[in-house]
Amino acid sequence: MTREIEKAAGIPVVQIATIVPIMLTVGSNRIVPGVAIPHPVGEPAKGPEADRKARRELLLRALGAMTTQIDEQTIFEGK
Amino acid sequence: MTIRVVHYINQFYAGLGGEEAANHLPESREGVVGPGMQLKALFGDRAEIVGTVICGDGYYGEHMEEARAECLKLIGAFKPDLLVAGPGFNAGRYGVACGDVCAEAGKALGIPTVTALYPENPGVELYAKKTVVVQAADSARGMKAALEGMARVGLKLAAGEPMGPARLEGTISRGIRKNFFSTTNGAERAVAMLLDKIAGKPFRTEYEMPVFNRIPPAAPIKDMKKATIALVSSGGIVPKGNPDHIRVSSAETYGRYDISNLDDLTPETYESVHGGYDRVWASEDPDVVLPVDVMRELEREGVFAKLYDHIYTTTGTGTAVAHAERFGREIGAQLKEAGVDGVILTST
Repeated sequence: MTREIEKAAGIPVVQIATIVPIMLTVGSNRIVPGVAIPHPVGEPAKGPEADRKARRELLLRALGAMTTQIDEQTIFEGK
Repeated sequence: MTIRVVHYINQFYAGLGGEEAANHLPESREGVVGPGMQLKALFGDRAEIVGTVICGDGYYGEHMEEARAECLKLIGAFKPDLLVAGPGFNAGRYGVACGDVCAEAGKALGIPTVTALYPENPGVELYAKKTVVVQAADSARGMKAALEGMARVGLKLAAGEPMGPARLEGTISRGIRKNFFSTTNGAERAVAMLLDKIAGKPFRTEYEMPVFNRIPPAAPIKDMKKATIALVSSGGIVPKGNPDHIRVSSAETYGRYDISNLDDLTPETYESVHGGYDRVWASEDPDVVLPVDVMRELEREGVFAKLYDHIYTTTGTGTAVAHAERFGREIGAQLKEAGVDGVILTST
């Protein structure tokens, strides 16, 4: 789905999910590793504040990935 | 000498539970568990399942290195001659775990390995060349055939017998080409193939082209402050009550929902209907899968110009690749039309 949206729209699509090898297999170009399968963009077990902080960090990283020139599939890891 | 077999299965087939038990740590048990019973009957006196190794799919997917190391230790302790994993059908995480444990056990223990997966399972593309994958149906309805295939191929591999072509063995091609002498020369075979093609009869190429699911990356967004960003998800987050009846798995449709008046997805307004992960967290706060709340916050801060007014959502579990690609094409065309500059797509 990620790949076809990118192809059809010609715009960068950043995928956030947990199992990186699957994202590489399906052809996602900009990849941000998520937190966990049932909550890719959050840390709900750590309380509301940490949850929101984790989500914010991941989304900022995804937005950063969209503005980054890449030539091949790239995994954008956290600092 | 009886062949010693270890069987790898997930928490579900071990009877430990579904998603609530998906983080089950690797464990081993003597003898057979779950589908191992049928496998044991198929092996008869030719092979003995000496032990079963069980691991939760969520744990394997999220902690691959630790899970792999622990499973290899448990498998190795049984001193097996053969590892059989699954069948994993079209279960994505289970298929990846089956493929990974087979590939790694084959390498580390030097034993033949076999699993059974549906051809579209992501485990196939990742591991088909590193183990032997018997073609299975997309669901447990194909259990009997998958177990028969694994038993037959497993015995053959353990005995060191050469494998025939994948299409005859009922396995997925490992991309291995073996030379043999044909009774007809290339020109004769090519003409015969052409005649079959013209006549509308089935014909088979002698050299299959690889399929690459790759596209060149789209150009980056130059000015994020002026950009419109859309949210898309295969995590099964839908308006409460699932008005468009998107299937909990094997989805054939997606939904498009207006979020222009929403700052936050709450349990009162949205829910997860995804049938492939534990929905406890997503039900408490759908934003942990489809992050409208923080995207709205970043929009207000001016990090980007606008959060697109609609979200697109489906359930990505057991979904046919052809459907997922169509969703992508249709959504992509609509987003282009709407002037969206970039997409964040979350998956579970």
